[in-house]
Amino acid sequence: MKILVCVKQVPDTETKIKIGADKKSIDTSDINWILNPYDEYAVEEAIQIKEEKEGTTVTVISVGPERSVSAIRNAIAMGADEAVLIKTEDIYLDSFTVAKALADVIKDLEYDLIFFGKQAVDDDNLQVGPMVAELLNLPCVSPIADLKLENGSVTVKREIEGGTEVIEASLPAVISADKGLNEPRYPALRGIMMAKRKPIDEKQVDMETAKIEIVQMAYPQSREGGKIVGEGVDAVPELVRLLREEAKVV
Amino acid sequence: MSKPVYVITEQRNGAFRKVSFEVVSEARRLADELGTSVVAILLGSGVSGIGEELGQYGADKVLVADNEIFENYSAEGYTKTILETIKNVDPEIVLLPASILGKDLAPRLAANLAVGLASDCVKLSIESGKLEAQRPMYAGKVIADYHFNSSPQLASLRPNIFPVLEPDSSKKAEVENVSVPVTKSDLKAIVKELLASEGGKIDISEADIIVSGGRGMKGAENFKILEELADLLGGAVGASRSAVDSDWRAHADQVGQTGKTVAPDLYIACGISGAIQHLAGMSSSKCIVAINKDPDAPIFQKADYGIVGDLFDVVPKLTEELKKIVE
Ligand SMILES: Cc1cc2nc3c(=O)[nH]c(=O)nc-3n(C[C@H](O)[C@H](O)[C@H](O)COP(=O)(O)OP(=O)(O)OC[C@H]3O[C@@H](n4cnc5c(N)ncnc54)[C@H](O)[C@@H]3O)c2cc1C
Ligand SMILES: Nc1ncnc2c1ncn2[C@@H]1O[C@H](COP(=O)(O)O)[C@@H](O)[C@H]1O
Repeated sequence: MKILVCVKQVPDTETKIKIGADKKSIDTSDINWILNPYDEYAVEEAIQIKEEKEGTTVTVISVGPERSVSAIRNAIAMGADEAVLIKTEDIYLDSFTVAKALADVIKDLEYDLIFFGKQAVDDDNLQVGPMVAELLNLPCVSPIADLKLENGSVTVKREIEGGTEVIEASLPAVISADKGLNEPRYPALRGIMMAKRKPIDEKQVDMETAKIEIVQMAYPQSREGGKIVGEGVDAVPELVRLLREEAKVV
Repeated sequence: MSKPVYVITEQRNGAFRKVSFEVVSEARRLADELGTSVVAILLGSGVSGIGEELGQYGADKVLVADNEIFENYSAEGYTKTILETIKNVDPEIVLLPASILGKDLAPRLAANLAVGLASDCVKLSIESGKLEAQRPMYAGKVIADYHFNSSPQLASLRPNIFPVLEPDSSKKAEVENVSVPVTKSDLKAIVKELLASEGGKIDISEADIIVSGGRGMKGAENFKILEELADLLGGAVGASRSAVDSDWRAHADQVGQTGKTVAPDLYIACGISGAIQHLAGMSSSKCIVAINKDPDAPIFQKADYGIVGDLFDVVPKLTEELKKIVE
C-alpha cells in the first residue's frame, strides 16, 4: 500500500500568541513550533498500517516555509519513509490555496489512502482534507475515530451529534484523523537520528492567489463583570439568586 | 438589488435542527441589510412537508431536494445536489451551520467552487456590500476578521451563537422541489449504520444547559452529582479531556478543541481548571459558572460567576437550592 499523510507545522498549543505589528498576522518570533497534534494521529495510523501490511510506504507532505522541516522530521522519526516539502514563503495561506498545492503534487503520486488531521490547531479551519478530496475527486470521511481496512475498502466510524455513523468508502480515499483514533508514539532515539539524515524532496508549485484574507486580528474581550460570588456552600443561595435575577438562565 | 442570500439547512429524521433556524435568521438579517431575499436549501428523504416552516424564520423560498438517497447524510450526494442547485444563480453569499454536517460539507463546496470559506464564524456583517466574517483562531486566543476575494462568499456559523428570530406564523415560504443529480451507485462513501451515542441522554451540542466535570471529579461514579443537577435543569453533562481520557466519560461528551464546541445559555464547570483548549470549546456560552477549590484557576477569568470551594459540597447544595425554585 501507498499512504500519504499531509502534515502542518503549528505553534505549540502552550505558546502565547502575540498579534503582529500589522494587526493581521501573528508575531512568530518567540514561537515554539510543533507537528500539528491531529496530524500525529494521522501519522500514527499510517505507521500502524505499515507495520501490519508488508510493502507499505508512508510519505509525509507539507506545504509551508523552510521551518516546516522540523515537523516533517518529527513524522519521519515516528516512522514515515519519505517526505515532500512544498516550499512557500512564510505567510498566512488560506485553505483553498494549500489544498490546491497539495492536490497538484498528489495527483502525480501513487496512493491508496491519504491521511489528514481533523484540524490544524492554528487556524482551526477543518477544511484542507475534504477540499483535497474534492479536488482529486476521491471519497472522504472526516473526522474519524476508528478505522478498519478491508480489501479495496475502508470502514470508519464518525461521531456526529448524538450518535456515530459507520461509513464504508472505496479506496483510494481521504481520511481525517480525530483524537481517539490511536495513541501517537513518541519517536525512539534511533528514529530521531535517522530522521535528521533523511533527504526531503523539496518542490515548488505555482500558488493560487488567496481566496480569503485576514483583515484584522484582535484579542478576545474578557468577560465583563465576572465575579467570585463567594466561598463554599454559603455562596450557593446568592449564586442561585444571580442566575435567576441577573443572568435569567434558570 | 443584490442576489438572494442562500442558506443550507440541516434536518435530522424529518425535523429541522435548531441551528437551521439560527442560520436562516442570520441570513434574513444580512438580506435585509442588502435589500434582498433569502433562499434556503433543504435536503432529506420525505422532507418536502417541513420546508414551509422556514418561512417563519425569514426564508422567502425553500428549495427541497427530497430523495430516499438522503435517508442518511451523504457528503458526496449533498455536495453534488447543492452545486447543481446554485449553479445557475451564482449567489454572492452562501451560509451553512458549522455543525458536524456543515463542517464536512462546507469545504467540499468551497473546493468545487474554488472559493474561500470562513468556518465556524461567531459574527457576520456587511461592509460596503461585502461580507465580513469574524471567527476565533488559535483555540480562541485571537479573533480574526476575514474578507473574501472570491464569490460566492461562503461562511459556516458556529451553533448556538446567532439568535433565532421570533417565529412569525403568518409568513410562509414558497416551496419548490429541485432535482437530485446523483444515484446510490455514484456514491463512493456510504453510511452503513447509525449507532446511538455512548454519551449522555441529551447531546451536549444541543443542550441549553451543560454541567461539566473535570479531573476534580476524581472518578466516574462521582458524575452522579452532576447528572442530578443536569436532570433537574433539563441539561446535559459534559466533561473535560482529562475526565474523558480517564475513561470517566464518553468522548461524545468532551468539550473543547478536541471535543465539541458548545455555546449553551448556562455552562457550569465543576473541577475544571480552564485550560485554553477547554475554553476554546465553551467560552461563547452565554453564562458561565465555575466551581473550583483553587481561587487562581484560570476558569474564574472566563466565568461570570465563580464559587471557590469543594465541588462535592457546592454541587449538591446547588441542586438542593435550585430544586426549591424549579419545583
Ligand atoms: C492539542 C490539545 C487538545 C486538547 N483538547 C482539549 C479539549 O478538547 N478539552 C479539554 O478539556 N482539554 C483539552 N486539552 C487538555 C487541556 O490542556 C487540559 O489538560 C485539560 O482541559 C485539563 O482538564 P481539567 O481541567 O479537568 O483538569 P486539571 O487541569 O487537572 O484541573 C482540575 C481542576 O479541578 C480542581 N479541583 C480538584 N478537586 C476539586 C474539588 N474537590 N472541588 C473543586 N475543584 C477541584 C483543581 O483545582 C483544578 O483546577 C487539550 C490539550 C492539547 C495539547
Ligand atoms: N500547510 C499544510 N501542509 C500540509 N497539510 C496541511 C496544511 N494545512 C493543513 N493541512 C492538513 O489539513 C488538516 C486540516 O487543516 P485545517 O483545514 O487548516 O484545519 C491538517 O490537520 C493537515 O493534515
